Amino acid sequence: MEVPILKQGPYLIATIQSALTDADLLRLRDSLVEQVGRYRSRAVIVDVTAMDVMDSFASRTLRDIAQMIKLRGAETVIVGIDPDVAFAMVRLGLNLEGVVTTLDLEEGLALLDRHAKQGRR
Amino acid sequence: MTLPPGAEEARVTVASDTDIVTARQRGRTLATQLGFTSGDATIVATAISELARNIVLYAKRGEVIVVPVEERDNRGLIITARDEGEGIADIRQAMQDGYSTSGRLGVGLPGVKRLMDEFEIVSETGRGTTVIVKKWMR
Repeated sequence: MEVPILKQGPYLIATIQSALTDADLLRLRDSLVEQVGRYRSRAVIVDVTAMDVMDSFASRTLRDIAQMIKLRGAETVIVGIDPDVAFAMVRLGLNLEGVVTTLDLEEGLALLDRHAKQGRR
Repeated sequence: MTLPPGAEEARVTVASDTDIVTARQRGRTLATQLGFTSGDATIVATAISELARNIVLYAKRGEVIVVPVEERDNRGLIITARDEGEGIADIRQAMQDGYSTSGRLGVGLPGVKRLMDEFEIVSETGRGTTVIVKKWMR
């Protein structure tokens, strides 16, 4: 299942719409890392609201995305982690350390706009 | 207490990343049919995802079986993840947090144990591994 990536001004917004296989997650990572350069985006938002499960592979891939995007000179925000998913992640011992998260897409965009105003990239 | 109609055991052959998704989705559906909360259904799906991932990672091929059970006044799910891979030489080591032989998996079995109510593992070098976990409704 391909994850649609929307270019919105200086941001890329990837909205996960269904359960993803490992291969889907890796494709998402590669597309984002490539497109952030092609569109000279300042930030990437990954909306995970519809994700059914965040297991060790998914959370590690999201951490990888955030680090690779940072190396490309842009920011990453993960938005919309479901409360049940958050609980399962904590019990499993997973974390997204070093990755910026916000409640939802609206909060994610607001955070990036604040960073833009502060001149932070 | 009787099991609701349609709540029948699910058996999924696991040999690829798409099978991991199928297995965890079947498990979630069954958990929901039994009346698990959405939080517990997510716990079940997450545990299945990790167990199925272990199969693909370490044994290449195996199966996940999810069986609804009732015991006295409680309902639950028994999840069996079975493979005929290399087996685990040192189970005590494999049950330590942060231990991984593949270098690819972060949480492994201790994480799954924390998610579930009961956990049992049988492994024989060269013969394969069977993990049986249970989750009860509260």
